[in-house]
Amino acid sequence: MLKVIARRAFGLAIVLAIVGAMVFFLTRLAPGDPAALMLGDQASAEDIAKLRETYGLDRPVLVQFGLWLKEVFSGNLGHSIFLQRPVTQALAERAEPTFFLAVFSLLIAACIGIPAGIASAVWRGRMADQAISGFAMLAANIPSFWLGLIFIQIFSVRLGLFPVAGYGSPDAGLLERLRHLLLPASVLGIVNSALITRFTRASMLDVLDADFVRTARAKGLPERKVILRHAFGNALVPIVTVLGLTLALLIGGAIVTETVFGLPGIGNLVVSAVLRRDYPVIQGALLVVAAIYVLINLAIDVLYTLIDPRVRM
Amino acid sequence: MAASLSSVMPATGAALFFRRLFRRKLVLAAAIILLIAIVAALFAALITPFDPGAMRVARRLRAPDGVNWFGTDELGRDVFSRIIWGGRASLGIGAAVVIFSVSIGGLLGLLAGYFRRLDAVIMRIVDALMALPDILLAIFLVAVLGASAFNVILALAIVYTPRVIRVVRASTLVVRELPFVEAARALGVSLHRILFVHVLLNVASPILVQATFIFAYAVLAEAGLSFLGAGVPPDIPTWGTMIASGQQYADRAFWVVLFPGLAIVLVALSLQILGDGLRDMLDPKLRKAL
Amino acid sequence: MESAPLLEITDLSVTFRGEAGESTPVRGVSLSVNANETHAVVGESGSGKSVTSLAVMGLLPKASSRISGGAIRYRRRDGLTSDLAHASDGEMRRLRGAEIAMIFQEPMTSLNPVLTIGEQIAEAVRLHLGYDRARAKARAVEMLALVEIPDAARRADDYPHHMSGGMRQRAMIALAMSCNPALLIADEPTTALDVTIQAQVLKLIDRLRLETGMGVLFITHNLGVVAEIANRVSVFYAGEVVESAEKRPLFHAPRHPYTRALLDCLPARAKRDENNRRILNPIPGQVAPVKAGCGFAPRCVHARAWCHEVAPALEAEDGRVIRCHRWQEVA
Ligand SMILES: Nc1ncnc2c1ncn2[C@@H]1O[C@H](COP(=O)(O)OP(=O)(O)OP(=O)(O)O)[C@@H](O)[C@H]1O
Ligand SMILES: [Mg+2]
Repeated sequence: MLKVIARRAFGLAIVLAIVGAMVFFLTRLAPGDPAALMLGDQASAEDIAKLRETYGLDRPVLVQFGLWLKEVFSGNLGHSIFLQRPVTQALAERAEPTFFLAVFSLLIAACIGIPAGIASAVWRGRMADQAISGFAMLAANIPSFWLGLIFIQIFSVRLGLFPVAGYGSPDAGLLERLRHLLLPASVLGIVNSALITRFTRASMLDVLDADFVRTARAKGLPERKVILRHAFGNALVPIVTVLGLTLALLIGGAIVTETVFGLPGIGNLVVSAVLRRDYPVIQGALLVVAAIYVLINLAIDVLYTLIDPRVRM
Repeated sequence: MAASLSSVMPATGAALFFRRLFRRKLVLAAAIILLIAIVAALFAALITPFDPGAMRVARRLRAPDGVNWFGTDELGRDVFSRIIWGGRASLGIGAAVVIFSVSIGGLLGLLAGYFRRLDAVIMRIVDALMALPDILLAIFLVAVLGASAFNVILALAIVYTPRVIRVVRASTLVVRELPFVEAARALGVSLHRILFVHVLLNVASPILVQATFIFAYAVLAEAGLSFLGAGVPPDIPTWGTMIASGQQYADRAFWVVLFPGLAIVLVALSLQILGDGLRDMLDPKLRKAL
Repeated sequence: MESAPLLEITDLSVTFRGEAGESTPVRGVSLSVNANETHAVVGESGSGKSVTSLAVMGLLPKASSRISGGAIRYRRRDGLTSDLAHASDGEMRRLRGAEIAMIFQEPMTSLNPVLTIGEQIAEAVRLHLGYDRARAKARAVEMLALVEIPDAARRADDYPHHMSGGMRQRAMIALAMSCNPALLIADEPTTALDVTIQAQVLKLIDRLRLETGMGVLFITHNLGVVAEIANRVSVFYAGEVVESAEKRPLFHAPRHPYTRALLDCLPARAKRDENNRRILNPIPGQVAPVKAGCGFAPRCVHARAWCHEVAPALEAEDGRVIRCHRWQEVA
């Protein structure tokens, strides 16, 4: 078992390395001199040359890549001229809202998707199933930023239930933070519940016809227990996978949602970095997000072995 | 007794396909909506009551009425006309993304499925591309390439090509083991004939299904990119840019944001329903899954 | 009255609703099981054996099937009689597992893969006997020991995938027996097992019947198994009982042509009747329920014209029942 996980980890490390290389070389393809970009229109040729030297931009590309890799491995993702600080620091400062938003959204998505998927499977082919499947299909095809704007109009502007945007004052308490997060998290949660619903439904359908479910009924267990303990217990492995997958998707979704709701998270950071071509920040953010994706996948593999006794050693 | 009659009548593949299509009213409705959207986009100039760029400052932010069915925006432009023209851009971009990603992804998927060596390389890159969230990868690519409609197409094509590669590769791996491909090879049919005729014909339906989904994703992603300001320049009306420029007026004029969004939802939803329906109709084995 | 049967099925019909319309794979089945007796049901695949047993358990798929006729009278432990064909969900749930237990054909898939054997048995015990967690666990171990699983205390913590097929079927039996059922339904419990294990499991079920005095409805398509375990035998053909009798008379003097054909297929007999083999015509495609006449007529070597036109009624004589126009001439 450990061997399997080790092999997976190795494969994922390679994925991460390729992402790194891709990000690095694609960035060099960008039109315009990064040094000139960093310094703005009024910079003199001399200044630009000096900056090129300090950042090693005058060296051959492969050498630059090597140097960059070395820095990345020692935990240095570069320096942002625009933000006047190291990229790692910029990312760390913005991590909290993104983290809470992602986790909170996942919670909401799971609270919608799992019960809906179970109900849909249990009442397969009936009205409830069709209604749930229809809702899931709809939710998956709503642009989250648009839903966010609509929600802001309804719940914040018209009803005044939530703050319109932002993350509250810097010293605000947890409750205040939650109030700011509830609306964006709901938007992300609703949009991302679709995948969970469909997956839960499919995996429940697979097990509801299983022989051991019939055995559970033959024991005289109440239907609730048959479905939740015996059927759902066996559908858990694919559902955990989809939860992990959703968490990875939420990180992408957070980029847009943070912008709509003015949350000072990593997504917001990336968008402004893209708009002003702050490449060190973009590179750093991409690497970190890819790393998180890879870690989530690894975590799913490990979770499998904890949930499913057939894989456990 | 119509049902028993039709079950007795022998059916050709195409007839069977259309019968299934009509039996699924929802799929049919989705197909009709898409058809209408595409026709409207193609003949935008004939349909729209107003020029999409025509500004009338006197009629700024007017609520929907008999003249401006979906109201007017902050410059007095007709929202309905702009949605039709925006659809032209949004659907055009979506279609172009589909064409790029399906042709490139299809080719790479075939190659990966057929040649071991290439497979390892291609799939590693696919894994790496898929390790980044769609929208993040797309804004990164647009940032690198520069913001323009063409670069948005290119970026989204790169984002969605891996999906096509995966689907085509998986089907190719199955098809290449089928007896008739073996037989063709034994008969000395040349390798690329086998690849392009036999395998391609057999992976056509999964590709078609995937293409429909990618179309939907692309329409959604284009809107997202344009909204973030990392997509199509704001002077070209797309559904995304309309929402982006309208959002600050949403308090006073919700229609500026509402209608383009509804257009996106309607089209994306229809594509998704069509894709699901196609999958069911083309491959009954998959019917239960997802 | 002590002689009243434990389970009495009369005229049971089960109808399925499918895409191709309705079908009735069980039509007018009657049979009864007494306490302390094994009633075997034999018949080929698709003859309606499992559907009949699921009807007794109330486990027919609700969405697609219904009991379209007849009654299933079950004499409860409290002395009252319930008609299971019309019982409420709640009543069925109270009986299932507690008074009527079932063992299924597939030991490999009939146990929940993510719960230990002990948990699965304890669950039933806690539900029906109201034991607490510790006592239920102890009961599970006791049951596993009863079905001769070595090292039961340790085995209780095993998951099904740790066990062989024979072992799992024993665990299934332990589960079924855990709440002291009065009636055990065994649907081909040994079909999936190899021959030596099969014999052990049969012996185990018979021993448990003797010890507890429960009634057993034993479903199989193997007459060899019937010979070993049954007191009474009902022969199913295409959803109907074609013959029912005590085991000995049925084996010595089968009356229905189908029963005779089945018996002639037993290896021991096949040799003896070398010159008289053509008793069973080959199956004409799929055995479809015939519209008129005897269901077996298309395959019966003794069939006459009227067999194809008039369905035979069930005749009862000296404790046996038979459904054939010509049994007296043929026998
Ligand atoms: N869920 C169902 N839906 C529709 N028809 C069914 C269903 N279950 C059983 N049947 C039909 O009922 C008939 C009898 O099936 P049953 O399972 O009782 O046969 P059996 O005698 O147990 O056979 P076997 O020896 O293979 O177990 C079959 O023809 C089958 O098609
Ligand atoms: Mg059966």
